[in-house]
Amino acid sequence: MSLPGWKQLPIGAVILTPGSSVEYKTGEWRTLRPEIDQEKCIRCRTCWMYCPEGAIQEVEEPYKTKTGREFKLTYKVDYDYCKGCGICANECPVKAITMVEEVI
Amino acid sequence: MSKPLTVWDLPREEYLAPGHRMCQGCGAAIAFRHILKATGKDVIITMPTSCGEITSTVYPHTAWRVPWIHVAFENAAAVASGIAAGIEALKRKGFIPKDKDIKVVAIGGDGGTFDIGFQALSGTLERGDNVLYICYDNEAYMNTGIQRSGATPLGAWTTTTPVGKVWRGEWRPKKRKDLIAVAIAHNVPYAATANPAFPVDLYMKVKKALSIKGPKVIHVLSPCVPGWRIEPEKSVEVGKLAVLTGMWINYEYENGTYRVTTPVPKRKPVREYLRLQGRFRHLTDEEIKKIQELVDAEVARINKLVGKEVIGPVEG
Amino acid sequence: MGKVLPLGGNYAVAYAVKACDVDVITAYPISPQTTIVERLSEFVANGELNAEFLHVESEHTALSVAIGAAAVGARTYSATCSQGLALMNELLYIMSYIRLPMVLTIVNRALSAPINIWNDHSDFMSVNDSGWIMMMSASNQEAYDEILLGYRIAEDPRVLLPVITSMDGYIQSHVVEPVEIVSDEEAISFAPKRRSWVTLDPDKPVTMGPVGDPSYYFEFRRQLWEAMKESRKVFDEATEEFAKRFGRKYSAIETYMLEDAEVAIVGMGSFMGTIKAFVDRARRDGVKVGALRVKLYRPFPSEDIARALSNVKLVGVMDRALMPGSAAGGHLHHEVAFALRQAGLETKTIGFIAGLGGRLLTMDNVKQMVNVLINYKDKTVKELPKEPIFIGVRE
Repeated sequence: MSLPGWKQLPIGAVILTPGSSVEYKTGEWRTLRPEIDQEKCIRCRTCWMYCPEGAIQEVEEPYKTKTGREFKLTYKVDYDYCKGCGICANECPVKAITMVEEVI
Repeated sequence: MSKPLTVWDLPREEYLAPGHRMCQGCGAAIAFRHILKATGKDVIITMPTSCGEITSTVYPHTAWRVPWIHVAFENAAAVASGIAAGIEALKRKGFIPKDKDIKVVAIGGDGGTFDIGFQALSGTLERGDNVLYICYDNEAYMNTGIQRSGATPLGAWTTTTPVGKVWRGEWRPKKRKDLIAVAIAHNVPYAATANPAFPVDLYMKVKKALSIKGPKVIHVLSPCVPGWRIEPEKSVEVGKLAVLTGMWINYEYENGTYRVTTPVPKRKPVREYLRLQGRFRHLTDEEIKKIQELVDAEVARINKLVGKEVIGPVEG
Repeated sequence: MGKVLPLGGNYAVAYAVKACDVDVITAYPISPQTTIVERLSEFVANGELNAEFLHVESEHTALSVAIGAAAVGARTYSATCSQGLALMNELLYIMSYIRLPMVLTIVNRALSAPINIWNDHSDFMSVNDSGWIMMMSASNQEAYDEILLGYRIAEDPRVLLPVITSMDGYIQSHVVEPVEIVSDEEAISFAPKRRSWVTLDPDKPVTMGPVGDPSYYFEFRRQLWEAMKESRKVFDEATEEFAKRFGRKYSAIETYMLEDAEVAIVGMGSFMGTIKAFVDRARRDGVKVGALRVKLYRPFPSEDIARALSNVKLVGVMDRALMPGSAAGGHLHHEVAFALRQAGLETKTIGFIAGLGGRLLTMDNVKQMVNVLINYKDKTVKELPKEPIFIGVRE
């Protein structure tokens, strides 16, 4: 890939696109992947709150557990960015998140 | 006092984009996310040179979804003052709408705050400039590879306070420089400590600080995976233990009144905080005892400032 | 025709800064700059200038504040010299790289040590590769006019570089001369507030000052070269327009009796007035000597200088700063010699180092330099002194 020349680049190294780091997929750093057991998850927001990447997504997606508990929200891991630190699993009060080895 | 906030008060909006290159399990990254949730979009952030600065803005990528500027290492407070002055002047002259409330926040590391940026910070605070200065404190120069700073605690191993036959980690025998006391000595209206293991508390403090005109300081403990020699999944746990052992006290100062925002009726021994971290692995019982004494003294001091025993004795 | 006031250089500059309606002023006291910001403080205190004035605790902070203010789009001003400029040093490079405009006045003073508050050009020259446009005046009127030119050039969208204006400490800063001041309306009309650069704005968030790794850093430095080059055109346009509006014509260089000169002295700053007076006197005695004053130092007017000196046999370049251990001895000599060589000229040069730390410069010193030039004018390059000649130092 050829990079832009000095004439193409905005002057002064100003980055004009906010949040352009989304192009940089840090998910490749991961050796362990968190998996959320939606059956066990109590939707307490803890993993979302503590994720250093903001890679736990809180989505308006209803979920009904096998035992009939209904939730309006679902938490999902954005594996494009999750670095696999494991804070979510460590902090989950109901141990609904398991760190699973990435298999290449 | 309004009713305490809960985790559900944290806005879903993320102004720190993923794709930043902060370390796995970085405490500062958690802090940055919640600081930005509290500032909202109408803010200008300035950062001095720091690990969080370089890892969040590698050209052409920026993790910041709000306006942001880095200038140098020792001058974040000064740059913030300039931004605030510019906004003020441009508002007066009609270039920026008068009713537009743009907050100015500097976020510096401990090196950029306690050491090299100290003079500029003092200037900003004494002039009364309308900025919020946040120090994220990982207790050493982590950007350059874990060198001792003015914020490195007693006993901590760093690459410049190594453990050898003569040296046993950082040897300053007293409590480190008290940033909040320094801020209060400048007669600031608001100063607080916070910790990313308690994001709601951090969020509340940033919100409150921004509602007050004048200079404000928030000192945030920032667990550091490589620098503290901890496992990446443990940074929040370590942050919590810092509070539960009294190594770190979440409190705020507002117009002469101190308030502990995370009371700890029964403290855990500091050993529990220290043993999770490789940087303290070499400490002997005697050395740990010395640290415990420093913590006990600080807890007593804060309790006295608050006027009651909000942090209790060590249990067991 | 504006109002003529008797003004020291510092006060003259303060009047110009006021006329340009700056938004943010930030400075730290240092002799002999201080009376600029004293006068500006009075303007703000009296409501004559609507600006934020920040009393900072160091020059480092002064320029940091300026960068912050310029980054949100404010027209910003500061003044300093000597150690203050040295303390600003790292930020000078940063501001030009981020491409933020401002005007900074240097009231030229020697650098320590020994500590010395008197005039030479060692502070000015010490920042000559910082990416700032740099001008040096020779009169208080010119010091005043440089502020207006400075904002117009700095904020031109083709440039977007900070500008250093300067004058000689005490000799200009504290000596009163008649200065014609223009009205605020005229100043703003000449140097309008264009706010032509990208700013920190929550409605359009940008990131300034990111990490430039080896795959990008070089490109931004390359841009700086181009901006500097572009600024020369803008300088010429601005001085042209200035002459039309205010009747005073400035050029990158000022030449004096060079048409038939065999030898010439090249220098900068207020002492060039004495040199011109000497030229008049020497001409009466039949000595074919001329003079050249460099006003615009960055971008360096190489071609103008080469053109002006193309028929001169030997040029003495007077530096009021020293580059110890260097090939040329002084910064200006280095630049002039290279400019002549690049133009393919035979013109030879000798470097003079003079007037360091406020050492008085006199007609006799000029005579001494001109005598040296006359002695060497018909010698070959190989026969010329290999080191700079120190004028006015005790052996």
